[in-house]
Amino acid sequence: MSDTSYLVAFIAVAAAATFATRIIPFLFFERHTEHPLVKHLGRFLPAAVMALLATVFLQRSGNWAAVVPGLDAILAGALVVGIHLWRRNALLSIAAGTAAYMLISQTGVFEVALVS
Amino acid sequence: MNALVFRLTLPILFGYLPLGMAFGVLFTTQLDYAWWAAPLMGVVIYAGAGQILAVSLLAASAGLLEVFIAMFVLNARHLFYGLSLLGQFRRAGWKKLYLIFGLTDETYSLLTSRTRSQDTLHELDVDFRITAFNQVYWVIGCTLGALLGRNVAFDSTGIEFALVALFIVLTIEQLKALGDAFPVWAGAAAAGVAMIFLPPAHQLIGAIAIVTAVLLLQYRSLRAKSNAEGRSHV
Repeated sequence: MSDTSYLVAFIAVAAAATFATRIIPFLFFERHTEHPLVKHLGRFLPAAVMALLATVFLQRSGNWAAVVPGLDAILAGALVVGIHLWRRNALLSIAAGTAAYMLISQTGVFEVALVS
Repeated sequence: MNALVFRLTLPILFGYLPLGMAFGVLFTTQLDYAWWAAPLMGVVIYAGAGQILAVSLLAASAGLLEVFIAMFVLNARHLFYGLSLLGQFRRAGWKKLYLIFGLTDETYSLLTSRTRSQDTLHELDVDFRITAFNQVYWVIGCTLGALLGRNVAFDSTGIEFALVALFIVLTIEQLKALGDAFPVWAGAAAAGVAMIFLPPAHQLIGAIAIVTAVLLLQYRSLRAKSNAEGRSHV
């Protein structure tokens, strides 16, 4: 197989696999939209998924080898929560938290503080 | 309407541009394929972690069956997303296929968290535009990364935290809309369990499987309770 045809086949297979994970529930459960269990999941699953995505990605963005492990992520995350509860403006909360995290990770402020 | 959609998707722009660029840079620096394959993958595959995995599979010239299995397993969490959108997408008509195709973590988060009016068709149109805007951001990121390669000048280290911040904000919004903290604590606890016992590649699907099981148990106990109450009234 030539390089280009391998690449094309590869992309087609990867696209099919990804699309399959997204469409399968619609193919097999479409007729059960009114089922109380499907409604229960529809109501509660998004909140649960959001909380677990926030938890997993917050953990992954933390520097756990730092002096205070994970302080960069925890501080920026707490800032997002605080500002959001205060003003309830999604863009403001996200911008403030991201700016704080960028500042911390680009200046390495927590590592410097320890050396001196 | 596009101004509203842009405002809703702005956090995703900040997340998808740097992540898409990271993928593009990885693609051109690790592989010998033509640069345009990177944006092409953003158009037809459209999966963040999936495309980054794809770079290592391409580098290893992996067999196509292996590629299918690896991509399916990595993206298996999407199986659960559709379950909670069956009703919402029902009347979407031709737009439905694209809404399903574009169901990334971030798009799912926005579509399930935003406030909706009674006008179903209008709301589905907004859903469709949100999905399309997000994919455009992603493809632009992939293209820029692939073209710039190693010559990325702007120090955007840490900007991808925008997506973490988005998930946090949406968790708070979900909490306020539901008025019930149980699913939020269950989700966070499931993530904790998965992070302790599973390797990073399987943590998301593991946590989603755990929390879905918890919600099934909750459903059963709620039904048992309401059945018992129903009988006592008779």
